[in-house]
Amino acid sequence: MTTPLVDMRNIRISFGGVHAVDDVSVDLYPGEVVGLLGHNGAGKSTLIKILSGAYQADSGEIWINGEKAEIHNPRDARRYNIETIYQTLALADNLDAASNLFLGRELVTGLGMVDDDAMEAECRKIMGRLNPNFQKFSEPVSALSGGQRQSVAIARAVYFDAKILIMDEPTAALGPHETQMVAELIQQLKAQGIGIFLISHDIHDVMDLCDRASVMKNGKLVGTVDVDKVTDDDLLGMIILGKHPGKGASEGSGEKSN
Amino acid sequence: MAQSDTDLPQAAKKSLFQSLELDTRMLGMIGAFVVLCLGFDFLTEGRFLTPRNIFNLTIQTVSVAIMATGMVFVIVTRHIDLSVGALLATCSAIMAMTQTAILPDLLGFGLEHPATAWITILVGLIAGTVIGAFHGWLIGYLTIPAFIVTLGGLLVWRNVAWYLTSGQTIGPLDSTFQKFGGISGTLGTTWSWIFGVIATLFAIWALWNSRRNKIKHGFEVKPIWAEGVLAGIISVAILGFVAILNAYEIPTRRLARMFEDKGEVMPDGFTAAYGLPVSVLLLIAVAVGMTIIARRTRFGRYIFATGGNPDAAELSGINTRLLTVKIFALMGALCAISAVVASARLANHSNDIGTLDELRVIAAAVIGGTALAGGSGTIYGAILGALIMQSLQSGMAMVGVDAPLQNIVVGTVLVAAVLIDIIYRKRTGAK
Repeated sequence: MTTPLVDMRNIRISFGGVHAVDDVSVDLYPGEVVGLLGHNGAGKSTLIKILSGAYQADSGEIWINGEKAEIHNPRDARRYNIETIYQTLALADNLDAASNLFLGRELVTGLGMVDDDAMEAECRKIMGRLNPNFQKFSEPVSALSGGQRQSVAIARAVYFDAKILIMDEPTAALGPHETQMVAELIQQLKAQGIGIFLISHDIHDVMDLCDRASVMKNGKLVGTVDVDKVTDDDLLGMIILGKHPGKGASEGSGEKSN
Repeated sequence: MAQSDTDLPQAAKKSLFQSLELDTRMLGMIGAFVVLCLGFDFLTEGRFLTPRNIFNLTIQTVSVAIMATGMVFVIVTRHIDLSVGALLATCSAIMAMTQTAILPDLLGFGLEHPATAWITILVGLIAGTVIGAFHGWLIGYLTIPAFIVTLGGLLVWRNVAWYLTSGQTIGPLDSTFQKFGGISGTLGTTWSWIFGVIATLFAIWALWNSRRNKIKHGFEVKPIWAEGVLAGIISVAILGFVAILNAYEIPTRRLARMFEDKGEVMPDGFTAAYGLPVSVLLLIAVAVGMTIIARRTRFGRYIFATGGNPDAAELSGINTRLLTVKIFALMGALCAISAVVASARLANHSNDIGTLDELRVIAAAVIGGTALAGGSGTIYGAILGALIMQSLQSGMAMVGVDAPLQNIVVGTVLVAAVLIDIIYRKRTGAK
């Protein structure tokens, strides 16, 4: 059995008496895509924000590559090569694409000055790969379309050698063509051995892109299943009724049949 | 991802202004300033645009302009600082007490001791920075709104200043210290020209360096003639300014007194000009330093990112709380520098020094294009804003507008300037 890339164990967090995440355990292996499913308010985004350092769990442990990890803020998460594409994209609208790409990790010259030209050059390279049509390098990202903004957010996550990628509703604001491009990108990253948590509302996305799916409801984990072994209806049942389809599917305890 | 065809690089020929890549907003402000000056010059029958009045206008602007550069950072990060005038008063009081009471008693350094001015300024800078950092800590770490912290600060520091000095006017101040005030500390003709030439060469070098960097990375650059025009405009502006200040001659009687002080007799027909005031050099240094911070350092980048989207900044790993402390500490340090300039200009510390400066400083930053919604603002804009405010005020005084009407006009202009800015931003689609 290989070591999981990420192993979140018995995570709990509550806000003002509401148990947003209640004793949830999920894991992720290299080169694997795990879907996180559930209604609005089921706790998927909260769970993932604990991994990305935006929130801190009240209790529970996070293990990265078999070692216990201390993640207290987004900087800690970045040190573990965890990158996140937030649903809100988390872009500073008044800055240009390159500044957003390197935000918090600016390239500097020998004198410690921000090297805008070098950052723009790097930005042009990665955007050339992700979105060859992208040309608005000198304009603030507020001037970009939804798809262009999304590509800046994706570029930011993949540029810095992510090992663990969290994608929160990456296709929610996109048209069919752009969604297809995100799907191709996920396959490509997966092939490089990157582990991806994919948060989605869309069961079809999850069935197409994911290896396993963890379903949450009211802050609790309903179960984790191999998507090959279940149908759309099984997943739907888990999401709506919180009903686990049979005992055959693996629980979210780190067992993976390889 | 896919995108529309309109984003393709524009091959169409560009207009004159586009080629120069000048900020149209700044051009508008400079245009308004020029119209204002010409208008006052006409109304005062040529008394407004004299070397003497331009000199006075410049040294009156410095104190507010220095603080306005710091206010840009404060407002860009969606905060406000209502305490700058009061903080200036406290710094000024501390520095006045240091040089007239504390240093003589403690170290036996009297006024006019060579170290007095420098120790005093250092003490003032530390005081301003510590108080500013304390404000920033209350705002960033204890999450008390900046409006409340600095409103409290306005009352506290105004009256700390009063308490320290028992409300007395303290003076005269050390003569080295007074050199930072304006008329008592100027470079004279020769050094002013030397400074002007060095500044011009530096500006041209900066333009050339930026162009070379762009070419190195294969980016599009302006046509060479546009760079030339830009360099020409900058050179004329710098050298023209020096020429004007060099044209303001020291009155003969004052010159004669200066010779008498040295025990000499003034030769017949001797003239000398003031040239660049030290306080203006200080403002230029602050402006260059703050612009470099804003554009070329991580600190500046994080200020603008936090202003544009605080959540995104936090998620990008920026420590926004510590950033707030740093911004307010910098604001405090700038208040201390302004306190040096303001008290040195008056040659004493008076109890009402800096009163209402917080409003002038905020107005200068806002007229200069700093958006209260956060995320945008420029240092040169704030300085230009301060200059416009000061010109308006002294212009009206020279024309003989009644005092209440002066303030009514200034208030109206502030609101109108913001309205014009909103319309401009909507038209151009800028945020």
